[in-house]
Amino acid sequence: MLDQYSTLLLYSAMGVYAIAFIAFTLDLSRRSAGVTARAATVQSGAARMAAARGRAQGAAGSTTTLERPAGYGPEAPGDAPDALRPGKEGVSLRVGVALSILGFVLHLGADILRGVAAARVPWANMYEFSMTGTLIIMGIFLVAVVRKELRFLGAVITGLVLILLGISTVGFRVDVVPLPPALQSYWLVIHVMVAILATGFFTLSFALSVVQLLQARREALGSSARALKLRMLASVPSAESLERSAYRVAIVGFVLWTFTLMAGAIWAEHAWGRYWGWDTKEVWTFVIWVIYAAYIHARATRGWRGSHSAWLAIVGYSAVLFNFGIVNVFFKGLHAYSGL
Amino acid sequence: MSPRSESGDVQEPDRGALHRPSDHVDSTVEDGDRSQISGPRLGVVGWLRFAWRQLTSMRTALFLLLFLAIAAVPGSLVPQRSSDPNGVTQYATDHPDLYPIIDRLQGFDVYTSVWFTAIYLLLFISLIGCVLPRTKHHWQAMRAAPPRTPARLERMQGLQRRTLPAPTPADGADGSDGAGDGGGSAGVEAALAAGEKLLKSRRYRVTRYGDSLSAERGYLRETGNLVFHSSLVGILVAIAVGGSFGYTGQRVVVEGESFVNYIGGYDSFTRGRLVTDDTLAPYRLHLDDLEVTYEETNQSALGAPLDYTASLTLQEPGSETSTDEQIRVNEPLRVNGTDVYLLGNGYAPNITVRDPAGEVVFSGAVPFLPQDPNLFSVGVVKVPDGLAEQVGIVGLFYPTKTTNASGALASAFPDLRDPLLSLTVYTGDLGLDDGIPKSVYNLDVTDLDKLAGRDAPLPAPELVPGQTVALPDGLGTVTLDSVSRFASLEIHDDPTQSWVLAFAILVLAGLGASLFIPRRRLWLKVRRGSSGELELEYAGLARGDDPRLADAVIEFADRHVELAQRRAPGQPRDAAP
Repeated sequence: MLDQYSTLLLYSAMGVYAIAFIAFTLDLSRRSAGVTARAATVQSGAARMAAARGRAQGAAGSTTTLERPAGYGPEAPGDAPDALRPGKEGVSLRVGVALSILGFVLHLGADILRGVAAARVPWANMYEFSMTGTLIIMGIFLVAVVRKELRFLGAVITGLVLILLGISTVGFRVDVVPLPPALQSYWLVIHVMVAILATGFFTLSFALSVVQLLQARREALGSSARALKLRMLASVPSAESLERSAYRVAIVGFVLWTFTLMAGAIWAEHAWGRYWGWDTKEVWTFVIWVIYAAYIHARATRGWRGSHSAWLAIVGYSAVLFNFGIVNVFFKGLHAYSGL
Repeated sequence: MSPRSESGDVQEPDRGALHRPSDHVDSTVEDGDRSQISGPRLGVVGWLRFAWRQLTSMRTALFLLLFLAIAAVPGSLVPQRSSDPNGVTQYATDHPDLYPIIDRLQGFDVYTSVWFTAIYLLLFISLIGCVLPRTKHHWQAMRAAPPRTPARLERMQGLQRRTLPAPTPADGADGSDGAGDGGGSAGVEAALAAGEKLLKSRRYRVTRYGDSLSAERGYLRETGNLVFHSSLVGILVAIAVGGSFGYTGQRVVVEGESFVNYIGGYDSFTRGRLVTDDTLAPYRLHLDDLEVTYEETNQSALGAPLDYTASLTLQEPGSETSTDEQIRVNEPLRVNGTDVYLLGNGYAPNITVRDPAGEVVFSGAVPFLPQDPNLFSVGVVKVPDGLAEQVGIVGLFYPTKTTNASGALASAFPDLRDPLLSLTVYTGDLGLDDGIPKSVYNLDVTDLDKLAGRDAPLPAPELVPGQTVALPDGLGTVTLDSVSRFASLEIHDDPTQSWVLAFAILVLAGLGASLFIPRRRLWLKVRRGSSGELELEYAGLARGDDPRLADAVIEFADRHVELAQRRAPGQPRDAAP
């Protein structure tokens, strides 16, 4: 009964996310349309801004900043004179954020009801893991938006969450069943919760890296005509700034992932009699850890900063998705808790 | 390239600089001096040094990490002997062409293979080669004072300028340490003293150079980084040592039977190279009872196991008394430095075979291997002696019997609700006299005659507990006395397990410190302006990723001006160091 309400709430949340996704997409298209129209009028102000930004962060300034409308200057919010703020700072953007919050609340309700229905933490099988995982992704995104101007990620994040929720409600949905003995442990709360958190941070970092790569491409194209294709990114921070944000989010994910791996090893010792046995899930957890370790090293290696390391972050996140979506379902191993 | 590595070009030798591989973004070593040594005139030493530098470079570490990630993947694609030996056997049957190739490439032992080992050993050598010089360097840096204040703070990050108004004449007259500058000097002193106090309260290490302060904090960042990498080495060493001194064994124990921890007491046993026969502490475990509960109400999960609890009596060597113990799935028994796990369970029908005269020729609990979630199980009874012929029996056990759509017997529930044992009887040479060990769970029926069972002259005899049936051809009788459960126990001794855990905790702590503690320098310069006012300059330098540096400089400047203004007028003496 409660589980049915949970499902209902989840579908509602998905509907709201879908509208939020549309709003965020509209905002992106509005940005690309608005940039060209406004570019001429804003130029003198933007030049001042670029100068201010150049002072603030050294060599970051480039010719591309000239195209950036002032209202979206996330790196230098204080520097943006109010007069330069465009008339309507994106109604669709605010609608997107508001709907994301509404969707999150519904999603949270669905998650809690599922937990109550099952009388345990709602992350004991793939369906519940997806539900809680996407909830955490949205939560981290919404918290990040408060701290930093990241609303331009809305379309990527809500889109991704929608796809994941769609796959899990169609493909992973299972009824509430009691926990098998191996899962009856407080480590279920710790190990899986931290794994979900790590995944959430990796997701945000992944979204930032994707935008970073697009932005880097746009910056490389300079003011040529082909850059117009990516002109919706004109109002988005520079590739270097995106890279720094992606890195900062990724290292939080990495520390959490390290903990996940260790907590998993401790639990494996309790349940299976060894702390490490190269079970398929352990292999992939290890692979992900090593890829993100490589990513962190790449960012400290000459010639590997920028797009190279961003690709590594994307490879790492692909491994995260693979570990969850493919390894759980198709690989033989001890982590057979998909419930499918 | 980050702005910080460009602005980090301090003119004088920077004793506090981080020691890094030459291709690290924060390295102060220019790429140029690498090209110098790559000329053709290198001697052996030169080449060795060149190779060592390559091995310990960031780029090599990066590639080795990527290779390690890729090399680990095959182990998840094909079954591994270490975790899934039956899967390897099955793979050999399913893919007879691929199997020998993969086997030659050590694809079924990926994690002990030559190539996987080579990658991680190179990675660890690279790591050690990087960490050792850095440790020495960090040790020296920790004891050295922060480097001299740069001549031009404009070249550093987050430059802030503030001005303090000139002190009142009364303060100037009061100044006793002013050699020629009078009150101005006292004002400078007071401002520097306030800055030093403020920086020290923020756990900066502070040194004064002339009328400036040079401060550095966050040494723990590098310490954490070194602890992280060293602890990874620690984990590897602990695992290697544990592999030599540890052992693992499995044993199937039927309710009412005992297990004694000596090598002969195991069904299967693997041990490290340095484990001798008398390493094992000969304690005795008697399995009193194995209780299993199954889901009975939730329609979506009928028959799902909810709990396994093994109740045992433990008799430790040299102890007169025995203790009652329990093992559950997530709660192993820790005894005598070993860990006892409950990893499997099943049914063990108690079967007695008698000859036509009623003499017992076989009697015992026979563990049957479960085949499906409802514990349909298969077991084997071999009777080589005592009957007219050698008899082999394959038993099919259904804890809750039912017939499926095709009319075949099946089990509907894993608990003992309506048990049935069905027997397929063979006669012939069981092959037990060759001296070759045979599995007790398998009967090789190729050379045997099937007397009863499917496609045999006679139907399979079926029994419920307490029942006796006759074997075909007047060979004798079989009785199913009762049905017990068996527990599959695994005993582990890993003497370095706690070391691995300790190093793992250090890894995590070191990682957190190295990623989240900002290492930064701050400078304060005080200069007396033409009209007696104090011109203050503040700047910082990030040593590694430090998103909040600019904020930190601003915050320091604001607090310092506040503090200096509060202290300077009227009470310069207090402020003197």
